[in-house]
Amino acid sequence: MTLLSLHNVTKRFGGLTAVNGLTFDLAMGETVGLLGPNGSGKTTALNLISGYLPLSDGSITLSGDAIGTLPPERIAHRGVARTFQLVRALPSLSVGENVLAALAFRKSPLWGQQAEAQIEALLADVGLSGRASQPADSLTYIDLKRMELARALASDPQLLLLDEWLAGLNPTELRAGIDLITSLRQRGITILLVEHVMDAIRALCSRCVVMNAGTKIADGPTSEVLADREVIRAYLGDEHA
Amino acid sequence: MMKLVFALAALAALALVPAFAGPYPLGLGIGILGYGVLATAWAMFSGPTRYISLATVAFFGLGAYTVAVLADMLPYPLVLLVAAFVGLVVALIVGLATLRLAGIYFVIFTFGLTELVRQLVTYYEVNVTRTLGRYVFLPLGPEHIYWQLLALLAATLAIAFWVSRARIGLALRVIGDDPVVASHLGIRITRTKLTLFSISCVIMTLAGAIQAPRWTYIEPSIVFNPTTSFLVVIMALLGGPNRLFGPLLGAVPLFLLFEWLSANFPNHYSIILGLLFIAIVFVLPNGVLAAGDSLWSRLTRREARP
Ligand SMILES: Nc1ncnc2c1ncn2[C@@H]1O[C@H](COP(=O)(O)OP(=O)(O)OP(=O)(O)O)[C@@H](O)[C@H]1O
Ligand SMILES: [Mg+2]
Repeated sequence: MTLLSLHNVTKRFGGLTAVNGLTFDLAMGETVGLLGPNGSGKTTALNLISGYLPLSDGSITLSGDAIGTLPPERIAHRGVARTFQLVRALPSLSVGENVLAALAFRKSPLWGQQAEAQIEALLADVGLSGRASQPADSLTYIDLKRMELARALASDPQLLLLDEWLAGLNPTELRAGIDLITSLRQRGITILLVEHVMDAIRALCSRCVVMNAGTKIADGPTSEVLADREVIRAYLGDEHA
Repeated sequence: MMKLVFALAALAALALVPAFAGPYPLGLGIGILGYGVLATAWAMFSGPTRYISLATVAFFGLGAYTVAVLADMLPYPLVLLVAAFVGLVVALIVGLATLRLAGIYFVIFTFGLTELVRQLVTYYEVNVTRTLGRYVFLPLGPEHIYWQLLALLAATLAIAFWVSRARIGLALRVIGDDPVVASHLGIRITRTKLTLFSISCVIMTLAGAIQAPRWTYIEPSIVFNPTTSFLVVIMALLGGPNRLFGPLLGAVPLFLLFEWLSANFPNHYSIILGLLFIAIVFVLPNGVLAAGDSLWSRLTRREARP
């Protein structure tokens, strides 16, 4: 069953077409990698899905309903949550309040004692047990990423958009990160994963969509896509193909 | 519970002040309460969002003018109600027009708004009613004004306390930190900002309405004096706009200081006010108390280290 469907999705910034006629579907429960060299339009695609940017052309549907013209808060209430490539913590709030902010304003909000219990559980999931009362701006970069994921999960998403969430982790953290995302997949969350870390893509994604200069150049099982000549050329240049 | 008892005791003690205080101290008390209300109401919206509004006196003046216009026609409680309603309507219009602006644009717009409201009122008075000043004759002594302001201050603090604990207060803090994150978490930004902006503006309007009988004679240049807006910003920021009692604590010393300055240095008063405004907005946007706090925690943290 299809959860998310992009049809001919296009985004122009003045003369630059950052995303050009992008079309693909995500099935319910799937974990799909969205790959491509720097500047190929991956983050822009996520921004269009989450409603951060308005579409220039095309359409997006979630469970069959058009969401392409909805504002981010309405899309969030339909079960889409995300992290940002450059972490966006809420710096004047505590770690727990960052998570509470998601719990309190999701479709079925939690507040008060119910929320407290959830906050601790969510923080434990990402390895931030017992850190709820710490100010968010005192966390290290990696912990901020963890907190941002806990916040996204607190929204109780059916679709999770991760923008290079594994970037910058050391090998131990990377393994923990991959395990964590695997556990989300097992909970039935559909994940669209923008990632450059190939080990993670191989471990997590059964399928990949590859973009280059705003256009989709490959879409299929991960092993096939990664062996595709055009994909290799896009990533590494002509001489390696 | 203890805190509530303490607050009620403090309120009762303050309510007894007019019985002992002479006219001059009572006048100071009224001034402090009035500015305490304005600064607390200002901080309710501007503290979490960090939107520096200079529209305070537009609402304050509208309140005062409503009373001046209606005092002869309607019973006093009804006049206050109409004033609150006028404040609400203007707040909603202004809110919808400005809350998408950010940073310096918001500051400038709210400043311009005050001037616009003043000009509109002046225009209306000169061309339609053919009066510029108005006399307010209400059988309300200074002690009545004092008590009303005290009640308004208590209500304002109670509302601010409730907001700080409620979902809408958290929503406003999230918006202040990062509106993009706020919208992605499902927060309705415009609605949240508009709600709290309106509550804050209605309180400011009432503060103006209650103080109207003090002047006896009202004209636009008196009740729409932009100095008031600047002073309120300084008070709230000095005391700490994100603490319940911060703005009030800022209002007390600054009101007294500026009373003294305007009495003794009437020519340099505006310059001093302007310099203070710049210094506080740029150097200590979180308030002097907060600055003291962070200095304190930095010192204690250093000591705790081996
Ligand atoms: N808000 C914007 N305004 C103008 N141009 C933009 C904007 N956002 C992205 N772009 C441009 O669109 C193109 C695609 O950017 P995008 O961030 O989507 O790439 P990306 O695939 O995520 O790259 P990276 O791997 O470096 O994160 C780039 O040329 C970028 O400069
Ligand atoms: Mg990117």
